[in-house]
Amino acid sequence: MFELLGIPPQALFGQLLLGLINGAFYAMLSLGLAVIFGMLNVINFTHGAQYMMGAFAAWLLLGILDVPFWASLVLAPIIVGLFGIVLEKLLLKRIYHLDHLYGFLLTFGLALVIEGLFQWKWGSSGAPYPNPIPGGFNLGFMFLPTYRGFVVVAALVICLATWYGIERTKLGAYLRAATENPTLVRAFGINVPRLITLTYGLGVALAALAGVLAAPIQQVSALMGVNLVLVVFAVVVIGGMGSIMGSIVTGFGLGLVEGLTKVFYPPASNTVIFVVMALVLLIKPAGLFGQTK
Amino acid sequence: MAETLLKVAGLQAWYGESHILHGVDFEIRRGELVTLLGRNGAGKTTTLRSIMGILGKRTGSIAFEGRETIGMTSDHIARLGIAYCPEERGIFSSLNVDENLRLPPVVKPGGLSIEEIYKLFPNLLERRHSQGTKLSGGEQQMLAIGRILRTGANLLLLDEPTEGLAPVIVQRIGEIIRQLKSRGFTILLVEQNFHFAATVADRHYVMEDGRVIDTVASSDVQQSIGKLQSYLGV
Amino acid sequence: MNATRIGYALLIVLALVAPLFAYPVFLMKALCFALFACAFNLLLGYAGLMSFGHAMFFGMAGYFYGHVVKAWNLAPEAGLLAGVAGAALLGLVTGALAIRRQGIYFAMITLAFAQMVYFFCIQAPFTGGEDGLQGIPRTALLGGLIPIKDDKVLYYVVLAIFLFGYAAIYRTIHSPFGQVLKAIRDNEQRAKSLGYEADRYKLLAFVLSAALAGLAGATKAMVQQFATLTDVAASTSGEVVLMALVGGLGTIIGPVVGAFIIVTMQNYLAFTGEFVLVIQGAIFVVIVLAFRKGVVGELADWWKRRQAR
Repeated sequence: MFELLGIPPQALFGQLLLGLINGAFYAMLSLGLAVIFGMLNVINFTHGAQYMMGAFAAWLLLGILDVPFWASLVLAPIIVGLFGIVLEKLLLKRIYHLDHLYGFLLTFGLALVIEGLFQWKWGSSGAPYPNPIPGGFNLGFMFLPTYRGFVVVAALVICLATWYGIERTKLGAYLRAATENPTLVRAFGINVPRLITLTYGLGVALAALAGVLAAPIQQVSALMGVNLVLVVFAVVVIGGMGSIMGSIVTGFGLGLVEGLTKVFYPPASNTVIFVVMALVLLIKPAGLFGQTK
Repeated sequence: MAETLLKVAGLQAWYGESHILHGVDFEIRRGELVTLLGRNGAGKTTTLRSIMGILGKRTGSIAFEGRETIGMTSDHIARLGIAYCPEERGIFSSLNVDENLRLPPVVKPGGLSIEEIYKLFPNLLERRHSQGTKLSGGEQQMLAIGRILRTGANLLLLDEPTEGLAPVIVQRIGEIIRQLKSRGFTILLVEQNFHFAATVADRHYVMEDGRVIDTVASSDVQQSIGKLQSYLGV
Repeated sequence: MNATRIGYALLIVLALVAPLFAYPVFLMKALCFALFACAFNLLLGYAGLMSFGHAMFFGMAGYFYGHVVKAWNLAPEAGLLAGVAGAALLGLVTGALAIRRQGIYFAMITLAFAQMVYFFCIQAPFTGGEDGLQGIPRTALLGGLIPIKDDKVLYYVVLAIFLFGYAAIYRTIHSPFGQVLKAIRDNEQRAKSLGYEADRYKLLAFVLSAALAGLAGATKAMVQQFATLTDVAASTSGEVVLMALVGGLGTIIGPVVGAFIIVTMQNYLAFTGEFVLVIQGAIFVVIVLAFRKGVVGELADWWKRRQAR
């Protein structure tokens, strides 16, 4: 059929699909980070660990209670989200009045504890999670495994639903208003501390949901979120945390960039997002969708 | 004479380390419109913020409809039926006009409906899909007042609603405040603009150095004008 | 202050006789981390910039040292110099980009750059990838005058390097440059309105801190005779933050105390494997929630309260 600079289309589209899948995870995770940062003023370093917990929750639910994937897709985020709520109530809420740095350090410490405990209990080599929808379609130019296509669509739907929830609903209006001026929102009769707890729970649940979606694609392992969260930080710096749609577009876009790099210059595929970050800092320091403050 | 709606007694308040209110005493009866007058830094805004519960440390007594609120959080106080319109207006830039208007939750029956509010402020209806902070200063002030009318709160705390506005708009806000009073709202108004305050209020409390130092009834304003001018330094 | 002078004199005497009581290799490792933590703290404690990627300077300098001494067969002095210069250059590039954003973004950007360096080190041929650089020879210093094959001799060399680095930091903090840095940390707008080009001061502090972290990393490679991926990994960046935090941010001696505490702890808890990470994480949590001033800061407070009584 057609060949692009000597790259067979099967390889090209295969890598683009992988890129989209990675992008889906970047988008979901950076979305959660941005929403949490807006309300709590905390960069949630525990995000990668909570993503891992989502995958583990699904894996354990299947292994111990025989809970199918589709039920885990709902249950695991609820379980991990509740865990997040406990963390917020016990620990995070004590540091909101301090510099951002302390929230970063606290959640970094929590990530070490959580990932260390999982590694201690289950080791660092991964466990496979069975593919819930095996098979695939031959699209002519490439073979599309059904589950991978599902992940991309599901992530897109989840991201858009989050956008709708924040930009178009009453609860979202409370969230946006409280991000700007929590004191006044509270003086209107809204229980802002509860709103903050809820936001953290939802952000964490979103990370866990990404983890469940990732489980059948990647090995479920204690350290699966360690490097991911660092890449997501770069994604957040590139996109800026001001805009929900910006986070989604940046996440998917960078996934594609990474996929293309894998096709054309594989050695740089691990570092390309950081290079993009450097370029964005040079050209538009506030980030692609960020407002200069 | 109507019952006492709000009674403030021996109120002291602090901003961090600095002691701002040193024992404020005054009261408002149901349906009254009362102003707090005084120079910059006399503690007027701090008094409103203390009533609303958005200040770190405060002692003394603030009773609303006979209930002590000094230990309550601000969301709890708001739900008793007190609504606050801050000096800086506090319009949310990430919300459009309509969302700003609908943001404060209804806490009691008896508030104005959205339609009534838009009838009161026709400009806002025209611009209901604009970003809140894109409005002119006068429109933002109307939005800030409008949005607390929906909630059913019967005590409105208005902090300098005329600050920085053109005379025509000040006049319009005066009309609206009188209308609100005739609808039965109880209003505590903080003002620097004495001439404006004199046209709307039943009674004036004069504050200085974190205390209420004098009370002037609206009927006595003409006789007391010299005294008031010396208080306010005009 | 006289008490401070006496304190320092006692510490130096202690450092001179320490090899009689403790393993020199352990002491040298702790001194390297102490210098590393001091370099980090120069940036956070005195310029208000939290780098979460300082391992890139520490670890890369180790590779530079190893490459110069092992592959090029040059003297250790050249290796140390290469480590410092390489780290400073890396600091110049990453710092110039990172200071374009403030606050927590700065931390995320430095972290991301360090991760980029880490991925680079996995793939680049000169680092030896997963194996690292092993068996870096300990050739004599000063053209053969100081044989450093003996750990006890090397200990005094490392001590001298540490004291040199510490003195450099001390001088920086107490210089007019250090005063301007503190002014920028406390109120950047105000410092700018007084005519200071805040960004240039921040960048210079960043490069200085990177260079000293490089000195620490190169020295560590000289001591341990290897350079590995661990030293460029994000976990090492986290460790140095922890050391400074445990000892006390913004106190000049705090990071030294913190480094000795953490290195000792790692030594004694090595048998627990991954559990060291859990404990380190828990220390982070406890310190942030309850002892934000660190050991030295809390002790100083306690001392002040006692004096006031």
